[in-house]
Amino acid sequence: MKRVYVNEKWCLGCHLCEYYCAFASTGGKDMALVLKDIEISPRIRIEEMDGISFAVSCRHCDEPFCVKGCITGALSKNDGIITIDKEKCIGCYTCVLSCPYGAVQPSDDGAIQKCELCIKTHAGVPQCVLGCPNGAIVFEERGA
Amino acid sequence: MCSGLSQRSNRVRGKGCLSMQYVIIGNSTAAVGAVEAIRRNDKEGSIVIISNESHHVYSRPLISYLLLGKTDEHRMKYRGDNFYRDNKCELMLNKTAVRIEPEKKQVILDDGTSVSYDKLLVCTGSSPFVPPMPGLDEVKNKFTFYTLDDARALDNVLKENMKVLIVGAGLIGLKCAEGISKKNVEITCVDLAPKVLSSILDEESSAIVKGHLEEHNIKFYLKQQIAKFEGNIAYLSDNTEIEFDVLVLAVGVRPNISLIKDIGGKTNRGIIIDERCRTSIPDIYAAGDCSESIDISSEEAKVMALLPNAYMQGECAGMNMSGVDFVFDKAFPMNSIGLFGLHIMTAGTYTGEVYSDSEQKNYKKLFYSNNRLNGFILIGNIEKAGIYTSLIRERTPLDTLNFELICKMPGLMAFSRKTRAEKLGGIKNESIGA
Repeated sequence: MKRVYVNEKWCLGCHLCEYYCAFASTGGKDMALVLKDIEISPRIRIEEMDGISFAVSCRHCDEPFCVKGCITGALSKNDGIITIDKEKCIGCYTCVLSCPYGAVQPSDDGAIQKCELCIKTHAGVPQCVLGCPNGAIVFEERGA
Repeated sequence: MCSGLSQRSNRVRGKGCLSMQYVIIGNSTAAVGAVEAIRRNDKEGSIVIISNESHHVYSRPLISYLLLGKTDEHRMKYRGDNFYRDNKCELMLNKTAVRIEPEKKQVILDDGTSVSYDKLLVCTGSSPFVPPMPGLDEVKNKFTFYTLDDARALDNVLKENMKVLIVGAGLIGLKCAEGISKKNVEITCVDLAPKVLSSILDEESSAIVKGHLEEHNIKFYLKQQIAKFEGNIAYLSDNTEIEFDVLVLAVGVRPNISLIKDIGGKTNRGIIIDERCRTSIPDIYAAGDCSESIDISSEEAKVMALLPNAYMQGECAGMNMSGVDFVFDKAFPMNSIGLFGLHIMTAGTYTGEVYSDSEQKNYKKLFYSNNRLNGFILIGNIEKAGIYTSLIRERTPLDTLNFELICKMPGLMAFSRKTRAEKLGGIKNESIGA
């Protein structure tokens, strides 16, 4: 199963992954035009402090507490990927309370949002990986 | 063909027929957890689900969102329309299990028929508890707020400008208040406790929530109980009179334990289960709101009537019922609740030293002792709260991380570089250069 992996050694803290992530869900053509003057709400987030930085997004856990705890059944895991059914989600945030990585967020539409490995928008090619200029985020098979 | 459901009642297990018969009493979250686990291990055995309701499995906590119009009866189905078919389950609706006969390994239903089992799961949930109150019998429009049918019945009588009296300012009472608030009704809430959400909040945080609810026009009478009802008037213990059109009773719930208690199985407040969700009776398991297990944050046995625990206990029972040794020893209380846009998250036990940080409606309290996080209360800013939850769940030694930093802000930054490499890089047991 291919996964997004992060190596903080190579992270520049440039936040481009966040922009590529935010842009990926818009369906727009020109990132600069689409994201101009808006506050982005990406599914991948950089943590940074004292010269250390790294990106955090859903790990699509083998033991997905978000899915098991979801009170509506809106979160599910199929073919190794955890996705959210925004129609069912009522924004109780039990998943936010459950995720050990802080990788599930409230979103502007009332439902939660999380990384779905771009399967709904870019045929499963994670755009954060494409946008990372230094190879700090990769999408590859590493076994369990 | 020995998995034929028509043979259910008096099934004879002939030679060469090793198909298991799983029976589940209850059709909610724990039942789904069990079915999904059983089917991971056993695609052939028959699964019979007995429910005293008439519905496809739905999410109980969503009944308030249904009244609020944020969901509907289709979307509140906890699993899709094909759930029973896809998992080859026979669903028996509108049937109540009245007795278990463990020596014959069968369950007797209210219509007199019996269902045989090899492995039985009791996930009967809990029922609203209505304490005796003088004059209650004569109150016409009175409701509990626990099932879809309760919500529908309440919805049917509510009309604009009605006065609604809710007895109980706990999770159920307050979610009900929010649920009906859009209907332009006048809501009054009475509770014996001195604070709202008294089972999960401390005094300060409870005061914040109460203030927020009052801003949304909910009126409270706390430390009060109903002395009596006279028609449409409730008299409180201090003689306050409250007129109402509709009464909602949300005092509390009690686990449905009688099926196990009646046959001598170990029960306390709930059905006592071990870390494999086994009851004290062979081949009978229990899970969800009816059960009582160890809370790892306090190491005490408790009924933890919470949906995530119900799923995970159901899953654990299902794994063991279908022959795979499986332990669930990570139960602890946790709640995520939104009320009129204000989010509240709580977990664990509120003992030990306290870290606190609050500003207006943002409130944070962490409770810790013996190098472990025991519990927390967050209001308002709930970002990344799951990182705190995981410290409780994993009983993470706090000296392995930057505790000062994580108190201020939950994040993976507070962990060691090596831990982060494991969590984010999938790297295990490997030293990595700095």
